[in-house]
Amino acid sequence: MFKFQVLFLLLFQILIAHSIRAERTDLELKHLLKHDCGSCHGMTLKGGLGPPLTKKTMLSRNRNEIQAVILSGRPGTAMPPWRSLVTESEANRLAEILIKGDNE
Amino acid sequence: MRSHIIECLFVSLLFSSCATLRGTGDLGVVVEREAGSVQIVETTERTKLGLIGGLGDLSHASVVFSRDGRFAYVFGRDGGLTKIDLLKTKIVKRILQSGNSIGGAISQDGRYVAVSNYEPGGVKIFRSDDLRLVAEIEARNDEGKLSKVVGLVDAPDNQFVFSLFEAGEIWVAKMTDGGAPEVHKFKDAGREPYDGFVTPEGRYYLAGLFGEDGISMVDLWDKSKGVKRILPKYGKGEQKLPVFKMPHFEAWAVSGNLAFVPGVGHHEVVVVDTTRWTEKKRIPLSGQPVFAMVSPDGRKVWVNFALPDNGKVQIIDVSTLSVVETLNPGKAVLHMEFTPKGEQVWISVRDENRIDVYSTDKVKKLKSLTVDKPSGIFFSSRANRIGL
Repeated sequence: MFKFQVLFLLLFQILIAHSIRAERTDLELKHLLKHDCGSCHGMTLKGGLGPPLTKKTMLSRNRNEIQAVILSGRPGTAMPPWRSLVTESEANRLAEILIKGDNE
Repeated sequence: MRSHIIECLFVSLLFSSCATLRGTGDLGVVVEREAGSVQIVETTERTKLGLIGGLGDLSHASVVFSRDGRFAYVFGRDGGLTKIDLLKTKIVKRILQSGNSIGGAISQDGRYVAVSNYEPGGVKIFRSDDLRLVAEIEARNDEGKLSKVVGLVDAPDNQFVFSLFEAGEIWVAKMTDGGAPEVHKFKDAGREPYDGFVTPEGRYYLAGLFGEDGISMVDLWDKSKGVKRILPKYGKGEQKLPVFKMPHFEAWAVSGNLAFVPGVGHHEVVVVDTTRWTEKKRIPLSGQPVFAMVSPDGRKVWVNFALPDNGKVQIIDVSTLSVVETLNPGKAVLHMEFTPKGEQVWISVRDENRIDVYSTDKVKKLKSLTVDKPSGIFFSSRANRIGL
């Protein structure tokens, strides 16, 4: 019984450590893109301190590439790695939103 | 006066209402970034007076005021510059002056409004009355490279000071009677200055650097001294952390002989002794600071944060240089503004569509106002301060 408690506690601690949250919905991702990515790239994604991320500028890039930039940032620029705040699948869906131009 | 009465009578015949005369000292503007509109607010009764829409892309919008406090100039991200009449709640004039702008300033004498641009990089200067273009300063360095312009502020002697992000230079443009500004260029002002501010009396201009550690400083009383590099340890440091939002410098950063500068990527505010320009202390915080704003009485510093801690506000006590309070106003706190004498602070909570008004002495919430995706809050008292 005691073993179970220890195991449960351990599991609980692991959960807390990773502060598991629900995957963001598409709507939440679009909000993040518009407002938080928008502080640097502009709300209409036409660029600011960061480069434009419009559908037109995304034509030359594939999904994996964009996902990688979101997760790992671009060293030497102001683009940070978002890995600690955005999951891999969220980054992938963000890339899709950008390629489709859904947020412009 | 007579014309106002006639206008009033005319209006009252039309709408059977007649606004009483009022001043503008307690008015302000709140940016609704998503809707591209602004709310005119007043801080005496803490109410919204009116809404003005059609201002374009207001992400990262900022506002300055005419010297009489009646007009606000709104700088939009899309290069829009709009002059607003606070008393009539209407647009006086709106122009699209560039493709992508970042902010602006109004000159000491109130006659010129300058806008700093990302695309194409540079500064445009307009007459404040009719927004007619007076001068254009191309931010091109000796190698011919164009730069984004950041950290544009007004300074004494009718000067504008700004930084060139790519070129790493600080330029001072002095407005002359003929209208053409005289530009003094400080080269080698550090790598990638991201923002700048002037001390309250307008003597020192400080620029934070993104591309290296340290802060660049110019003494506007004596330009021959060139750019001085201070605080060699300030910046991203050895342990470079991701910066989820650029820290902002505001002219509210000084209390007595201490300046409070948000750390870059680090969870701390750096306290600077302004008599020697040396680091006095680092105050640990629970996130990456974006704004560190000293209250008008100089007693407290209110700090907000970048993601993932942008639901919090921390208050630092200047006498002990430690955090004395942590608030959780709600999702995405973007900006804070003190009333002119500092008894209230207004806080924008973007993702909850609210402005919360707190008393500064007991830190008690006095009121909430519904505002659509609020970002910057600007009170007309900025009209009478240099560097805002």
